[in-house]
Amino acid sequence: MNKLQATIALAGNPNCGKTTLFNALTGARQHVGNYPGVTVEKKQGVYARNSYRFNLVDLPGTYSLTAYSLEEVVARDFLVNEKPELVINIVDASSLERNLYLAVQFMEMGIPICIALNMIDVAEKRGMRIDAEKLSTLLGVPVVPTIARNGKGKEELMESSANLIRAGVRNNPLLITYGNDVDQALAQMTAKIEAHHFLTDVYPARWVALKYLENDEQIQEIGRKADPALAAEFQAIVEQLTDHLQDTLESYPEALIADHRYGYIKSVLKQGVVSFEKDMSRLFVSDKIDKVVTQRFIGPLIMGAVIWGLYHFTFTYSELPVQWLEGLFGWLGGQAEAHLADGLIKSLIISGIIDGVGGVMGFAPLIMFMFFGIAILEDSGYLARMAYMLDRIFRFFGLHGSSVMAFIISGGIAGGCAVPGVMATRTLKSRRERLATLLTVPFMNCGAKLPVFALLVAAFFARRQALMMVMITAIAWLGALLVAKLLRITVIKGASTPFVMELPPYRMPTFKGLLIHTWERTWQYIKKAGTIILAISVLLWAMMTFPQLPESTVKKFEQQRAAVQSAAPTGILHEIERIDRKDELSAEAQALRARLLTIDAKEAESALRHSAAGRLGSALEIVSRLAGFDWRTNIALIGGFAAKEVVVSTLGTAYSLGEVDPEQSLPLSQKLATTAGWSPLVALSLIIFTIFYAPCFVSVVCISKEAGSWKWGGFSILFNTILAFSLAVSVYQIGSAFGF
Amino acid sequence: MPCINLRQMKENQSGTISRIKANGQLGRRIRDMGLVPGTKIKVHGRAPLYDPVALRLMGFTLTLRNNEADYIEVEVDE
Repeated sequence: MNKLQATIALAGNPNCGKTTLFNALTGARQHVGNYPGVTVEKKQGVYARNSYRFNLVDLPGTYSLTAYSLEEVVARDFLVNEKPELVINIVDASSLERNLYLAVQFMEMGIPICIALNMIDVAEKRGMRIDAEKLSTLLGVPVVPTIARNGKGKEELMESSANLIRAGVRNNPLLITYGNDVDQALAQMTAKIEAHHFLTDVYPARWVALKYLENDEQIQEIGRKADPALAAEFQAIVEQLTDHLQDTLESYPEALIADHRYGYIKSVLKQGVVSFEKDMSRLFVSDKIDKVVTQRFIGPLIMGAVIWGLYHFTFTYSELPVQWLEGLFGWLGGQAEAHLADGLIKSLIISGIIDGVGGVMGFAPLIMFMFFGIAILEDSGYLARMAYMLDRIFRFFGLHGSSVMAFIISGGIAGGCAVPGVMATRTLKSRRERLATLLTVPFMNCGAKLPVFALLVAAFFARRQALMMVMITAIAWLGALLVAKLLRITVIKGASTPFVMELPPYRMPTFKGLLIHTWERTWQYIKKAGTIILAISVLLWAMMTFPQLPESTVKKFEQQRAAVQSAAPTGILHEIERIDRKDELSAEAQALRARLLTIDAKEAESALRHSAAGRLGSALEIVSRLAGFDWRTNIALIGGFAAKEVVVSTLGTAYSLGEVDPEQSLPLSQKLATTAGWSPLVALSLIIFTIFYAPCFVSVVCISKEAGSWKWGGFSILFNTILAFSLAVSVYQIGSAFGF
Repeated sequence: MPCINLRQMKENQSGTISRIKANGQLGRRIRDMGLVPGTKIKVHGRAPLYDPVALRLMGFTLTLRNNEADYIEVEVDE
């Protein structure tokens, strides 16, 4: 017997338990991608049992099927273009009335649906009795009670779905009356649509008319392309009706349509579908928690503790796996160092490939822990409360209450990381606010910028270290918020997206859900960012390696080394070759080694200056002088594009100190403090520049991926660098004018 | 029963929505969430900075900003 094969879409409101049900049905057999051209996640999985095998698609959670939000357009396009055999509409039984609003819209479209009456246990606990059979009869679609958390009802649900698909009946679109005026216009338009076969190959006739009356931009545009004359005629009908309704009822067609949909739902539920055994106005557990958690004084304190906890969790517990990975890549580098012949290939493998891949993988544990933490906050319902409490502040800067998470993780508390921070903006649903957040989180002081600040503060502000670090954090926050405001009134201007948001009841997250959520996102990061980051890493390596020093110069350094070596007694030379550890060497051998290392460092400095990056740095000196930076600083900042802590090690090379470990930069700090051309003012200018200039390329790649376009990645490189430079020049010039 | 603006409602006060004045994206969002004439609501609380406001309706909690609440008129219960 042939297996029944079909595609089934899962749809429902956010927080209705859709993802939990999807996980319960598909288990680990799922994969995540994106809908074509947009950043909305598309999850697919397989449910195979008995005599059927279903391909399940998890549509984005929506409250409606209008064309306002990206999620809604994506869900609708999928239904229209892919034509799944069936939609399983998951509804939260405890807020049935609102959840059925989406179901009614599927039915208006004539899409066959099966309703999963989810979280029936919660509704019963609250004293709601729901007659599923009666609801099924009244709506004319199967209704199956389920509890997604423990998988109860899922077999019955799939059995009903299979039966419906086998029966093969396409539902007739549900006809609701929307009041006399609207109904008349509908009938008039539907007749014309049918007569002209206007869009009828894709959409039901009455539905198209309905969408016209609802002012649906997507359908209007498709209509204009298909038949401009008819589209104009419809537009006139809509305008006429709108004017009429304004005059008589002070209302709009779309408002009346929504009212009548809810009216239809109310009339269905009133026919004995729902009965209440307890007083529904009493406080539920969730409300009681809210009384404390969002209380005026205690609320912000608890929130502070939660933020600190998440931060601590992400950055402390990921330390160990990060160390393992660093150890692994260090070991790989060591193996390459030991077994490969000196030369370009070796340098490419170590500095380009191993460091590059290591860089990508080094972020993976951070991202994993961060997403795990956020998944707990999100699934439990607390994240929505944070947005609720903080929205007033963030709205002022054109952002959204939910932006706070991304800022904190990026380094709002110094020491975060912009890469997971950028990815944390996924919890933001409003497009403009999300983009503004994406573009400003890299200003926060991530863990990689800290060594740069530490170096400069130790060299020039040694007596006020703590104060300086607090000020640096404050400047970053202020800068980020003001830039967000600036972006929101210029490049991403537009009214703020409506906040109107559900505060879902508090729920215990399921461990399985958390793990799937975390793993998916981490894997996406590794897969997507990995390849590009490797390529850029190799490119940066090449920039700092080519062109190489001319042979004559290399020879000069070799001669110097040979001269030093031949002047030394052979015993000491042997000693250096035999013993690796510095402290075991005799004083004479140490002195010789130091002299040789000085020559190596001088050669590295010349090579760096000779490379493309070095030339670029020297060429930029004319401009960068305005901010007090010489060519060495310029190269270091170019290197910082790879990762901000590279600024420290590159400065070390440029000052002939050899490779400087960013964690132990004291010698470099002393060198800077005593070098001509450096002053506290230059240091301050460099600190400002470091806070604001182009994000590291890993962040840029992530920004592009999250914003859905390389344009925004490019924008953040250019805009941030110009902003940083203007600020640094201002600081340096004003400071110089005052004689600092 | 007096008709007032949602913004002016006090904590724990309840009433029935009489009119929604918003159109376009905001109007759509408000209606999608069940805020239509005839719906019973109760003010559940306000955020620490007195904005947004949290409402209870149809068995769930909804929050919206004060400037969004301005578009909603409510017939309050005595």
